Amino acid sequence: MSELLRRLLRTRQGALGLVLLAPVALAVVLGPALAPHDPDAISFTTRLTPPSLRYWLGTDEFGRDLLSRILVGARASVPMALGATLLGTLSGAVLGTLSAYLGGRADEAIMRTIDAVMAIPALLLALLVLSTLGGGAEDATLAIAIAFAPGMARITRSVALAARQQDYVASAIARGEGGTWIVFREMGPNVIAPVVVESTIRVAFAVMLVATLSFLGLGAQPPAPEWGLMIAEGREYLHQAPWMIIAPGAAIAITAIGFNLLGDGLRDALNPRVDR
Amino acid sequence: MSGRWLLRRVLLIAYTLFIVSLVVFAITQALPADAAVVILGQNATPAALAAVRVRLGLEDPVWLQYWHWIWPALHGNFGISMRTSQPVAPAMFAALGRSLLLAGGAILLMLVLAVPLGLAAALGRGKPIDLFAGLVSYLGVSSPEFVTGTVLLIVFADRLGWLPATGYVPLGQNFLAGLGHLILPVATVALVLIAHVARMLRSEMIDVLASDYIRAARLKGLSWRVVLFRHSLRNALLPVITVVALDVGYVLGGIIVVEEIFAIPGIGRALIVAIEARDLPSIQAAALIMAGTYAVVNFLADIAYALLDKRIRYE
Repeated sequence: MSELLRRLLRTRQGALGLVLLAPVALAVVLGPALAPHDPDAISFTTRLTPPSLRYWLGTDEFGRDLLSRILVGARASVPMALGATLLGTLSGAVLGTLSAYLGGRADEAIMRTIDAVMAIPALLLALLVLSTLGGGAEDATLAIAIAFAPGMARITRSVALAARQQDYVASAIARGEGGTWIVFREMGPNVIAPVVVESTIRVAFAVMLVATLSFLGLGAQPPAPEWGLMIAEGREYLHQAPWMIIAPGAAIAITAIGFNLLGDGLRDALNPRVDR
Repeated sequence: MSGRWLLRRVLLIAYTLFIVSLVVFAITQALPADAAVVILGQNATPAALAAVRVRLGLEDPVWLQYWHWIWPALHGNFGISMRTSQPVAPAMFAALGRSLLLAGGAILLMLVLAVPLGLAAALGRGKPIDLFAGLVSYLGVSSPEFVTGTVLLIVFADRLGWLPATGYVPLGQNFLAGLGHLILPVATVALVLIAHVARMLRSEMIDVLASDYIRAARLKGLSWRVVLFRHSLRNALLPVITVVALDVGYVLGGIIVVEEIFAIPGIGRALIVAIEARDLPSIQAAALIMAGTYAVVNFLADIAYALLDKRIRYE
């Protein structure tokens, strides 16, 4: 693990990604403790205050401190994105592995159907699922997981099939190793690495989807300090208080860039033949 | 490209469209809202509700309901909107036209900007232009459209006042005003495309420039210009076709958000309005048209790729 971290830090993207994600992780873990003000404290005398020494990122239409809301909001947005990606990756991995294991016509039928479902853009699929589930933070998480599952199934399957064909698997079979050994010790690490890289990059996409669904009114509901929802609320005050949009927008972008960089860094760190 | 390969692609696109329609139907059928209650309101008598359910075919078996939906839909009839009581199809196709204008503009802008950017990044690998292209790429793929769109709105419409903020003017009615209203939405949708394509083109160009046939062309004494544009760029652009086709999925997602921000009456906005109103026929129509468009674009991209790439010999 420390070896992986060292290799990750040696890649430019991985190091930069970790630097960007460190404050995000801090906000998720310590959120309310770090917040300089009560994120829900309404104060009409300080409404729409521009960024200042007292309110670093300004205040919103209720006089609530934006920095505090963003710090506390990290607990809403980031775990939702991680949960959705994890759920989508696990269900996709089960489906993809099953398809690769079954092989033949069953594999063909499953994969063609997955390709067909992938013809529905992720945001559209998430919106459709959400329109049925009703909306709200948990439903949005589930909808994103469902939208991610087909793509992860396709990746897991192709990686598992490629690993199965490798010489080291053939030589393990020739050595007379058992099935469990081959699956977990020989194929496992080589299947998990690309799937982890892909799902890390997808967390970035999930962060954006969570915020987008909330922005469209179908994710987190007011008064939650969810970043996308904060931007939706700030739209009305776009002229008087643009910081209401820019501050949470920057939080989303920094988190998403962080996960994108981390994913790219992981890809290089996990690839023994890296030269790019 | 053999006939068998083409036949297989056609069968696959037919199967894709079938599955897409099944998914759209299955998800929307599970909508908790009772269509009869949506039409008659909460205070309707049970007898009236039952009558409307029978009239809407809600008491039929599921496969029959699917058939009653998909068969007219294949003929361009998506039923009557529960919100406006007007036929869904004409309004949807008019909205689709406006969305395609937006999407087409975004793809055009992407080609104009992403190809030089990716090319410059590949040629100046490790130099400031490459870092700049990398920064644009990461920003583009990491900023959701509702953030970039709103920020563009603040800067160019609200602060600088160069462009109109929201709304839509048909190009046929007033070309310049219509164009002005399109610039910010098109730029918003294009950003993520520019990010993807510039990055893809950069890595393709680096691979192509390192290939043997480029070295051969250089050793043959061909000028750098000919090698660059005639040999390298052409080959590096091929995989870009696939990326652009896949990115149409992002474009469709982006359109939903961008139309909402800039108040453009396109198909994405129609979908959001339909979801908010629980207008089942409109949700189904918008979703089916959008997903169908995406599937068909990818089918056409596959064919274009096969026609352009002489190396591909399918089966």
